Amino acid sequence: MSEMRNDLLKTVDRIFDEHCPKPVRESAEAGKWPAALWQALEEVGLTRATLSEEAGGSGIEFEDAMFALRRSAYHGAPVPLAETMLAGRLLAAAGIEVPDGSLTVAPVQTNDQLKFVKDATGASVSGTAHRVPWGNVCGHAMVAGELDGKGMVGLVSTAGAAGSVEKNLAGEPRALLRFERTPLIALAPLEGALSRLETEGALYRSVQMAGALERTLEYSLQYANERIQFGRPIAKFQAIQHMLAVLAGQVAASSAAADAAVEASRRAPDEFAVSVAKSRVGEAAGKGAEIAHQVHGAMGYTREHNLHYSTRRLWAWRDEFGNETYWQSRLGRVVAAQGADALWPMLSRL
Amino acid sequence: MHEFRFDPVRMPAATETLRSEVRAFIAEEVARGAFTPSRKSWSSFDPDFSRKCGERGYIGMRWPREYGGHERSALECYVVTEEMLAAGAPVGGHWIADRQSGHQILRYGSDRAKQTILPKIAAGVCFFSIGMSEPDSGSDLAAVRTRATQVEGGWKISGTKVWTSNAHRTNYLIALARTAPKEEDRHAGMTEFIVDLSHPGVSVRPIYNLYGGHDFNEVVFDEYFVADDMILGGVGMGWKMVTGELVFERSGPDRFLSTYQLLLESIRAIGVDPDARSANEIGRFVAHLATLRRMSTSVAGMLERGAQPIVEAALVKDVGTTFEREVPETFRHLIPTEPALGDGASYPELLGMTILRAPGFTIRGGTREILRGMIARGLGLR
Repeated sequence: MSEMRNDLLKTVDRIFDEHCPKPVRESAEAGKWPAALWQALEEVGLTRATLSEEAGGSGIEFEDAMFALRRSAYHGAPVPLAETMLAGRLLAAAGIEVPDGSLTVAPVQTNDQLKFVKDATGASVSGTAHRVPWGNVCGHAMVAGELDGKGMVGLVSTAGAAGSVEKNLAGEPRALLRFERTPLIALAPLEGALSRLETEGALYRSVQMAGALERTLEYSLQYANERIQFGRPIAKFQAIQHMLAVLAGQVAASSAAADAAVEASRRAPDEFAVSVAKSRVGEAAGKGAEIAHQVHGAMGYTREHNLHYSTRRLWAWRDEFGNETYWQSRLGRVVAAQGADALWPMLSRL
Repeated sequence: MHEFRFDPVRMPAATETLRSEVRAFIAEEVARGAFTPSRKSWSSFDPDFSRKCGERGYIGMRWPREYGGHERSALECYVVTEEMLAAGAPVGGHWIADRQSGHQILRYGSDRAKQTILPKIAAGVCFFSIGMSEPDSGSDLAAVRTRATQVEGGWKISGTKVWTSNAHRTNYLIALARTAPKEEDRHAGMTEFIVDLSHPGVSVRPIYNLYGGHDFNEVVFDEYFVADDMILGGVGMGWKMVTGELVFERSGPDRFLSTYQLLLESIRAIGVDPDARSANEIGRFVAHLATLRRMSTSVAGMLERGAQPIVEAALVKDVGTTFEREVPETFRHLIPTEPALGDGASYPELLGMTILRAPGFTIRGGTREILRGMIARGLGLR
């Protein structure tokens, strides 16, 4: 690990240890904004970590930003860090000035479409976006769509836009946002804006799941070593050891897939690598959560134990920005269309 | 807890030139009918092909020039290996010698062993077998009964080795033998010997596998003489030698490309416009493959830096062989075919051959259960 990465690890872990204890996570699920946590993240520049310094960023490399995001997921931090980083990167890519504060992105459902209108009075957005992550909390949204067949991204205030608020399995808010000729603060072209939003979203969720998976392995190892049954720690039973070895394999594979996708996406998301990551990490999420719970027995099924802060996130995130079937099929179609003989050159390029 | 990690590796630009060279060489060999990819695998024994690989500098790539090597990096070596495997090239002749035996001799062998054996391996004319397993010692390697007793100038070995791939056509094997009685530390008192199979007094009998093929053998030594300078790493160092050697067996692309030819031919058979289920399964396998390759190159990078990533290697093999075994099980549903006996000349034969070989994937080089035990130890559970 580089020295820079090590320092970053210490900084982010200190923030999460201090500002993200269990009561904060619980009250966040009840709807209370963890202001101190967010402020601490802003102070060290993490909320603007995907921006270049010219765009008002904090001089953090993309890979380090993704590493910090992964740690936030490891700690189960109940904040829209991924969404803020994602919105910021797309706005900056379109040359739009990125506002302070938390940001979200819309639309995130395949069937939702937002309509842009541009006339003498300015630009506006109309339409409904369902289950927008943290849409009721974030001050601004990065909205993506098309205008005259060209990809566009815009920046809009969410004031007054939020309708009903649902929660995902992890208790994170997913809000309906309704826009009706709502004035855009800015609107600018960005090639393939919608697909870029989808791919980039899948990348961030893959990174987050890799972090949550790491934590499920740690919880499981700790529990297996502490829990005594039949006169010895259950870690000493071969059946448990083999389950944990399989879990470790899923965690290792998910880290490798997420890292590869991050590396390939320094400037813009790499579709092949992200398809691989969301497919592979999503699969590991389900399999890993299953093993972790089996190892924890009834204890892991309680609200009291911390395991669910990781596993409920895994069960929620694997279905956001396209589930495994979606990305696998997409990948499979690309591979089949190019023909069997093109597969190896494609794989060895990574 | 051991913190396992798969650090990223960047393939240096030189590897891409090498990659194109290997691809051109293989294309030429396929074009002139030297081999048909779907009918071969990395365990196919083909001395002509091995000799050509030797001539091209594709064997002993990392070794010093004075021993016939080419002083290339681990990653260059990795690129050649993965290109060969992806192309279904018959590298089985030199495979063991190149992948592990040669490395061990270079690191732990005597000057004479290095000088007489390594140049021939690198030339693609000297082949090795593995002499670890015995009738009563498979997963439990420390239970080996083959004994070596000291005589003047060397040792006399007696015992039986089994599952010895290609011993009927290789030149040497590296035998693990007990050189001192068992004590409390069951890993002590063992030694590895480089055994020349060309002398009289060793008997090699075939053990036919479940589809009637003859790859492995039973090898019996009866007071078989081995000179002192054919010991690896010193007397009593056998366990260390064996575990070091197994790292090379557990993280390479051979641990996830065994069914690659079936994957390719299945994609070809499904065609350019797959239905939803086929697209899904193809995509899933490609996602697994890309991830495994990343993990495996990472281990190659760690080996290059001189590390001994034992747990990481075990993880690659466990995850990789699980993937390999899923390939035939999935495609038999997507392309309804009655698998046929044969050597892979048609899709049904390739499927049949793969199904019949598949049980070996999670046994050879350390069973799945042994590997999971090693991973568990690495995780601090034992």
